[in-house]
Amino acid sequence: MQFGVFTVGDVTPDPTTGRTPTEAERIKAMVAIALKAEEVGLDVFATGEHHNPPFVPSSPTTMLGYIAARTERLILSTATTLITTNDPVKIAEDYAMLQHLADGRVDLIMGRGNTGPVYPWFGKDIRDGIDLAIENYALLHKLWREDVVDWEGKHRTPLQSFTSTPRPLDDVPPFVWHGSIRSPQIAEQAAYYGDGFFANHIFWPKEHFQRLIGFYRERYEHYGHGAAHQAIVGLGGQVFMRRNSQDAVREFRPYFDNAPVYGHGPSLEEFTEQTPLTVGSPQEVIDKTLTFREHFGDYQRQLFLMDHAGLPLKTVLEQLDFLGEIVPTLRREFAVGRPADVPDAPTHASLLKAGVR
Amino acid sequence: MTTLAVVQAGLGSPSSTQLLATRLAEATERFVPGLQVRTTHLRDVARDIADNLVTGFPSARLREVVESVVSADALIAVTPTFNASYNGLFKSFVDVLEPESLAGKPVLIGATGGTERHSLVLDHALRPLFAYLRAIVVPTGVYAASSDWGAEGLPGRVDRAAGELADLLVGRAPTQPATAGFVPFDQLLAGR
Repeated sequence: MQFGVFTVGDVTPDPTTGRTPTEAERIKAMVAIALKAEEVGLDVFATGEHHNPPFVPSSPTTMLGYIAARTERLILSTATTLITTNDPVKIAEDYAMLQHLADGRVDLIMGRGNTGPVYPWFGKDIRDGIDLAIENYALLHKLWREDVVDWEGKHRTPLQSFTSTPRPLDDVPPFVWHGSIRSPQIAEQAAYYGDGFFANHIFWPKEHFQRLIGFYRERYEHYGHGAAHQAIVGLGGQVFMRRNSQDAVREFRPYFDNAPVYGHGPSLEEFTEQTPLTVGSPQEVIDKTLTFREHFGDYQRQLFLMDHAGLPLKTVLEQLDFLGEIVPTLRREFAVGRPADVPDAPTHASLLKAGVR
Repeated sequence: MTTLAVVQAGLGSPSSTQLLATRLAEATERFVPGLQVRTTHLRDVARDIADNLVTGFPSARLREVVESVVSADALIAVTPTFNASYNGLFKSFVDVLEPESLAGKPVLIGATGGTERHSLVLDHALRPLFAYLRAIVVPTGVYAASSDWGAEGLPGRVDRAAGELADLLVGRAPTQPATAGFVPFDQLLAGR
């Protein structure tokens, strides 16, 4: 099982000091978090992609390429890559290039993006969101698998005799996950291709994602990629840890109360009860995280959101130390009773070995 | 079993909005024996509604209310009139419902207000809202001003509206005979 962190890349004032980091500080902080993730023994770092303030990561492959050069093992991923407003040709090129530079340590999570104006800014219409995700990914899938592509669709210029370069490393395209918060069509898309399905699993109660993941597993089996319990599932999560539960709650509360996404709404206590958020001791985080398997079945990837709501870098790095401390236990416990035929998350090496294109 | 959800956005307790909602529900029950009625006072879930607006998902308690409303066979929706429209609590509740979730649902609309001068709130605020949601709003809406509670006429309007909702619920054509309310001419002349 893979463990890692994903970041939105928001520039948010620290509510306890009122200080807002500069864009440069935030970008360097994201890199420091990625390096730390490898140092403490995590497997994955995934960056968001945004094209509006207060977010900095508009150019994921630039950042991931830089991190690739400074890490050895870490898998570099996205959370998410905007399959709707990016040109699929550019995604094919950028991530194949990254794959070569990172010796295959690359995969992607596709997402539609939910910021309305980004669509028109990139010449698209948000009402076409699902259709763009379907058509653009179909093209991307083809570009990574066929050397010469003739193609015609509704949302971009046709292609005649086009070859996307560089070709994927060893002719093995990066593994793709599809992320969605509420669209069964995207779960269906992931199932159709035999790709992974990633449930953000941060802001909503588990029942909501149980339906989507259950549907994905069922359809994965329907399309003949394996049994439902062998489908490739990733989950988000959100934690804040201190040795003492009370210290964690006291320190995290102002960040929670003022968080851009859910602040000024429910209390920390209500939110932790209703969603996967865990604020407490390392043992409490272990206990809660292990329940995810009971709700969603054996799964392949667990990513944690650690660096948002204005938490200072120093605190985030301390949080990563805690993660490094609990992940061996999580690995051990998640392995207990896991059926032997449940696959690990595909990697470049495993796909190459399996001869998958 | 036929179910009726009653949602009222009165802020006081007791409130005239509650009173009107109860009368509309009881009148409907008289037309549809065995009707199962579930009433929600939105004030009881006011914070849950605000939280849902912020977080994007309902608390367990609010989810139960929402499910009782969207799964009901019909809905009675009653709001006080604030600044010439439904109040914010009422609209916020409607705003946390999933799109399409009221499509095709028979709805009886009611409103209360301090004076008769607001009575068109039914037709310029509530009716377009439910039309947008593609609910089926019965022709008669019931508005009750403070003065209506001490005047004639309200029970008749309540009955007519409830009868219309009941007709939709049991799937029959309107039953009121064309001659209803007919008074023979000799009676009209009587005593003159």
